[in-house]
Amino acid sequence: MPETFEPKIVAFFCNWCTYLAADLAGTSRIKYAPNTRVVRVMCSGRVDPQFILDAFAKGADGVLIGGCHPGDCHYQEGNYKMLRRFVLLKRLVKQMGIEDDRLRLEWISAAEGERVKTVINDMVAKVRALGPRAVACQKEVA
Amino acid sequence: MKPKVAFYWCASCGGCEEAVVDLDEKILDVANAVDIVFWPVALDFKEHDVEAMPDGSILASFINGAIRNSDQLKMAKLLRAKSQVVVAFGVCAQLGGIPGLANLSDAKGVYAEVFKDGVTPERLYKNNGHSLTLPEFYDTVVELGRVIDVDYYVPGCPPTPKIIGAALGALLGSELPPKGTVLAPDQALCEECPRKDTRPEKMLLKEFKRVHQVVADQQTCLLAQGLACLGPGTRAGCEALCPRGNMPCTGCFGPTSRVRDYGAKALSALASVIDSDDEAEIARVLDAIPDPAGLFYRYSLPSSFLGRRRME
Repeated sequence: MPETFEPKIVAFFCNWCTYLAADLAGTSRIKYAPNTRVVRVMCSGRVDPQFILDAFAKGADGVLIGGCHPGDCHYQEGNYKMLRRFVLLKRLVKQMGIEDDRLRLEWISAAEGERVKTVINDMVAKVRALGPRAVACQKEVA
Repeated sequence: MKPKVAFYWCASCGGCEEAVVDLDEKILDVANAVDIVFWPVALDFKEHDVEAMPDGSILASFINGAIRNSDQLKMAKLLRAKSQVVVAFGVCAQLGGIPGLANLSDAKGVYAEVFKDGVTPERLYKNNGHSLTLPEFYDTVVELGRVIDVDYYVPGCPPTPKIIGAALGALLGSELPPKGTVLAPDQALCEECPRKDTRPEKMLLKEFKRVHQVVADQQTCLLAQGLACLGPGTRAGCEALCPRGNMPCTGCFGPTSRVRDYGAKALSALASVIDSDDEAEIARVLDAIPDPAGLFYRYSLPSSFLGRRRME
């Protein structure tokens, strides 16, 4: 592993809670690791498993999904749908050789700017310890 | 002169060849309409016969099976050069198919499993001054479209006679479909399932059952009965053969045109119907799906976003 490895983490944050929390972290001048690329989605329920696998396939070292706390979803149950898919997807990516710490789901409300910092710093540290995710290694047969 | 057609198989089980024979007497119409110049499973033409043909002299080559060794790669490239149109025939050629599940392992792992206590083949074999070189066995299985340019896809494991007939009709017709077309209806299998009307408006499941654990009702929607039927995420065209036989769809016709990763989408569809908001209970319900990769990528692992298990 090179000394300078900086993990690339793709984060899908919901418009109503986690994205606002990240915004709050910013306006509160809270400092956290600069390794995440945040993608704003309307709801964590909008995060298609295809997005997550595509991110991994394109070289993401980790994928973080942030949604509203259970019961708080702006669309009633989008976060529950994400939770159901997440539990199954976790098992699938494990079979594909992707370690547990590389895929994470967190409920972060609009008031929890501090928690954005905690979660991102923790995830970056864990993924950094795992090292770069070797991209698929599709053997060039052509 | 009749148009020339070739058939070839790569990593496949032979079911696609069987499917062509299953056209019954319609195969005579095919034989009347075209000149079959290469078909190793049925006719005695050799590789050098194909090599001797001018480039582009074959109207269409129907290639089934995935690419898993260097010989298949060579033949795919040879047929590509000799053909105006290449059709990926069957789901192995289209998406990687069952042989593609080997991507959960690698060449070494496959050899260890298959030749466990026997003689492991060596690439170079010498005997009495003769030598034989076996093709290179790849770590990773890929679908046909990853190694050569493919014009059309005929889905299925295997394609059904009706789908094959329609595909031949489309290719021999006056106007060719746009390049890259999957020659089957672009809608979900549920649309042609005889159980469609029994599918509840809002699907919610407390548990999944596996096929050996239950005698399924003959009329009711299989997913509503708790069986992991992949019909909602699978392309139509087979006329719901498996649900008609009281078995859930396993997804051999692949995705519709809007989907980029079949397994991810099928997983999403199935997980969303779980009737629980509690993580522990969701996990318990999903214990009835012990092998998600095998279920959702049964026919499409090589063509998925990740393509294979991470190699060590």
